[in-house]
This record gives sequence, C-alpha cells and structure tokens, in this order.
Amino acid sequence: MDWANAVIQGVLLGGLYALFAAGLSLIFGVMRLVNIAHGDLIVLSAYLALTVTTALGLSPLLALIIVVPGMGLIGYTLQRAILNRTMGEDLLPPLLVTFGLSVIIQNALLMGYTADPQNLQAGAIEVASVEIGAIALGVMPLIVFGTAVVVIAGLQWMFYHTALGRAFRATSDRQDIAQLMGLNRAHIFGLAMGLSLAVTALAGVFLGIRTSFDPAAGSARLIFGFEAVIIGGLGNLWGTLAGGVILGVAQTVGAKINPGYQILAGHIVFLLILAVRPRGLFPRIDG
Amino acid sequence: MTQMHVTRRTRLSTVALILMVPILIALITAPWWAGRSELRLMGEIALYMSLATLWNLLAGYAGLVSVGQQAYVGLGGYLFFALTMLAGIDPYAALPLAMLAGAVVAAPVAVLIFRLRGAYFAIGTWVMAEVFRLTFAQVSSLGGGSGTSLATDIVRSMADGRSAREAMAWWLALGAAVLVIGAVVLFLRSRQGVALTAIRDNELAARSLGIDIWRTKFIVYVVVGALTTLIGCLIFLQKLRISPDAAFSVNDWTAFVIFIVVIGGIGTIEGPIIGTLVFFALRETMADLGTLYLIALGLVAIVVMLKAPRGLWGFFRDRYNLEIFPLSRRVNGLTSKGA
Repeated sequence: MDWANAVIQGVLLGGLYALFAAGLSLIFGVMRLVNIAHGDLIVLSAYLALTVTTALGLSPLLALIIVVPGMGLIGYTLQRAILNRTMGEDLLPPLLVTFGLSVIIQNALLMGYTADPQNLQAGAIEVASVEIGAIALGVMPLIVFGTAVVVIAGLQWMFYHTALGRAFRATSDRQDIAQLMGLNRAHIFGLAMGLSLAVTALAGVFLGIRTSFDPAAGSARLIFGFEAVIIGGLGNLWGTLAGGVILGVAQTVGAKINPGYQILAGHIVFLLILAVRPRGLFPRIDG
Repeated sequence: MTQMHVTRRTRLSTVALILMVPILIALITAPWWAGRSELRLMGEIALYMSLATLWNLLAGYAGLVSVGQQAYVGLGGYLFFALTMLAGIDPYAALPLAMLAGAVVAAPVAVLIFRLRGAYFAIGTWVMAEVFRLTFAQVSSLGGGSGTSLATDIVRSMADGRSAREAMAWWLALGAAVLVIGAVVLFLRSRQGVALTAIRDNELAARSLGIDIWRTKFIVYVVVGALTTLIGCLIFLQKLRISPDAAFSVNDWTAFVIFIVVIGGIGTIEGPIIGTLVFFALRETMADLGTLYLIALGLVAIVVMLKAPRGLWGFFRDRYNLEIFPLSRRVNGLTSKGA
C-alpha cells in the first residue's frame, strides 16, 4: 500500500510539474524560444503572491486574481522590450539574454526578500485531505492536479479553436509567411510570453503553498519543467502532462527507496527516456 | 610586381608573439616579486581564463552552448580529492589521471546529450551537472553533502614549506592556462579547427563539403571536458576544501564564465582573455556591492548581447582589423596588384 501511495502522490506532484512545464512548452511551440529564466519567474510569482497576501491580507488562492494578470503583463512587456530583439536564426542571443535575466531576478529577489525561506499560508485547505480506502489524498494536490488538467485542456482548445490559437500555429509554422498574412509577429510573440507567464504565476503560487521557497529555488523548477517537456515530447501539451506525471512518480518512488534519491531518481528516469526515445514519448514537432 | 600570398600572420600578431616571451618570463618569476595575496589572485585569474577559453571553444566555435560545465569542474575537484586521499596516488600523477577520467566520462555524456538541440542541449548539460552533484553528495567517504578538506599530508607532500607550495599552485595554474590557450589556438589552426569554423559559419555547407559534424563536435566536447576536469583539480587544490554545492556551482563555474566570454567577445581567442581581466578588475573594485554587483554584471551581459553581440574584442577587431593570435587567413599584396 505504501508503494501505491507513493505512486499516487507522484501523479499528483506531476500536476505541479506539468504547470511548470506548460509555459515552457507554449513559448517553445510558438517561437522556438527556451527561457532559461523560467524557473526564476516561477519563484518571482511566488514572491509577488507573498507580497499581495501580506499587503492585502488575502488568501494566496485569491491573490491569483492579481498575480496571474500581473505576470502576464510582465511577460508581454519582457517579450516586446527585450526578448523580441534576440529572436532570429542564432540561438545564442536568446539563451544568453534569458540566462542574464535569471541571474538578475535571483539577485534582485535576494536583495528584496533576503535569503530566508518563505512560504504562502493558505490556511486549513493546506492540510485538508480526503480518504479513499487506505490512501489519504491532500485537497491541495488534488486542486493543483485538476488545475493542470484544466490549464492544458484550455491551452489545447485555445490552440485549435480560436483566432489567437490559429495565429500562434501560423507563426509557429512559418514566421515570415504569417507576417505577410498581416499578423504582427512581435505582438503574437508578446501574447505567447504573456500567456506563458500567466500559467507560470499559477505554478508559482501552488509551489509556494506546497513547499518553502527562496530566491535560489528557480533553477531546480526550470529543470523539472524542462524534463517534463522533453519526456512528453516537444510541442505536445498532453504529452507535457504525461511527462510531469512520469517525473513526479519517479521522484516519489525514488524518495521511498531512499530520501536522498528523490531528485536523482527523476533525473535518471529523464536520462533513460532520452537514451531510449530521444524525441520524447509523444513528439509533435522537431527541436 | 609583388607576389600575392595568403598568410595568417600580421605585424601585430608577430609583435604580440615576441612580446609574449618577456611577459611569460615575468609571470613565471612572479613568486619572487608578487605578494602572497597577489599570487593567489593571479592564480584564480589564470584558472578563470582557462575556463572561459574552454567554454568559448565549446559555445563560440562548436555551437555547443553548455550551461553545465560545472559538471567537469566539480568532477575534477572530487576526482583529485578521491585519487589522492582514497587511492593514495601522488598529487602530480593524479592531475593527468583525472584529466583522462574526465575524457572517459565526457564521451558517453556527449552521446546522450547530443540528442538535444540548441537551447534544450543547454538545459540538458545542466541536468547532467545536477546528476553529478547529487551523486557526489551520496559518497560518504568524501564527506557526503557537507564535503571534506584535503588531507594536510597530501598538501605537504607537494612542496616544502608554505611559500614553495603557493609558488607551485601558481605555476600549475599558469601552466594550465598556457596549455589550454595554446592547445585551443593550435587546434583552431589545424584541419579539425578549420572544419569546426566551417560548421560554425554554416552547418549545411560544411556537411556538403564532407565534414562529419557529429564527430567534430564530439571531439571538441570530450577534449573540453577533459581540460575542464584538469582545471577543476587545480581550482580545488587551491581551495583545499570541497563540497557538492561549491564544486557544482552553476554561478561560479558557468554564469561568471559565460559573462566573461560574452563581455570579452565570443568566438574569438582574445575575447575570453580580455573578458577575464575586465571581470576581475570589476570584481576587485565592486565586490563590496555584493548582489548589486551580480545584477550589474547580468545587465552588462544583456546589453552587450543586444548592442554589441561580438563583445569588446569583436568591436575593436571590426573597427581596427586587429588580431593578436594568428588564426584567420589574409591576402597580402592585393593593393600592389595593379601597379
């Protein structure tokens, strides 16, 4: 039963990792951009939520009303002001610029909030659970997993059933032709990054409720999100959810074997999948 | 009529090559004229210059943008401690052994992560470094997560007395920097190096000329891995203490190195050298600012990448057509052709 419990907790943890990954997957799909600062932006959202909750006395879940559009706005501005200047054939500029951003965000958070670990207090809901047989499922992990499913279904619907999604797909296929058809590429990229960071905001707040965080916590989140994307296959959103779940299960089962192996087990499963299926389990587009 | 001929030498490169002799002699004799703390700082500069030169070969020439070179720095440090303390091998023999082991580790790693392209390759190297860090944190004979110090009898066995040891550490660092920069220059002048430059300029064209791209990049990755492992040995020989977090620090061994190369000028030999000197000049004057200094460094790197993507040296080279290390070919005698 212990093992079944570890697997189920891992599946639920996978929902959080899918939320880390969905934003990465989205911007890679639309503009082939890999944002090295993604993890630090997740942590930034958690700190924004912390400020909102302490300033307004709101629950972190209500703070989402402010943090999600806030991060979306930051994403749009960031893309239009800085990242659009780096887009092109050469991979180096976006990589190095987002790497620089990562260092800046980490150190700015360090100055603003010190290195002390923080967490978001969501009250009674944090410890609430439902019993199914001998297994207790936390209400928060269930909410997180449900949110991940809804977010991914929503993104999927948006991609295939809305004008915005059509614009995203057109830009993804051929940027120059999309531009000729009257789409403003700079604006589309801005919207994609805005949407990506809005999802990131959800991930950041859920992260903050689940565990404590500090300014240096971002790199691990970037790596988990990246692993989920690669395991699932590039450009496949449902694949990303599957990737998150596989990573989550690998970690909880690894921790069950030996607490020191939790993170390592996740990395090893990732490397194994990379060795056997280099394009991930359900690939859609080429990297 | 003057004959046209193609050469790699320029007057500047010849003068620089001649000037390098007295500079090297001055550096070798540093233990007799420099103070203890200056010697230590110079050693650190030499080791960072080596790391920057190696990363530049990887990212600037082979297009392999790694953010996980701390894997090899840490591996080198841990191998050096393990070989000397656990296996009882002489420290001087441990250095080439560790370098060899670095190559043996880098080869299968390359096979695996070369499956990832571009930016995903970058994060893949980072995952690899994390795997190394978490693995060494499990090795209890090397102190596990809290790390360990180099046994004093090993340090004593390297030279008699403190000043002799410090001189030895400096000579090793200087020797490593000369070895790394020399090896990279010679490599880039070789057939393989020309192939590498061709790949950098246009991968498709290079492939149609019959260059085996995978193999060329593989060789570069493994050689850089081996040399970075050697530098890692020397870094932790200087520090005398190792822990997983210090050994596999992404900030210390990758972020700073990337900033150095970007600011100095990526894809040139001179860039990392100049970048290192600028980096240490800034660090020595602004280190009191702490985190603000790191933010400034990140900002400078972003601005350089956006406004002058070829860095300080690229800017000067484009403007004045300068080159210290004779790498690119020039045609001489063109102007007198019509005369």
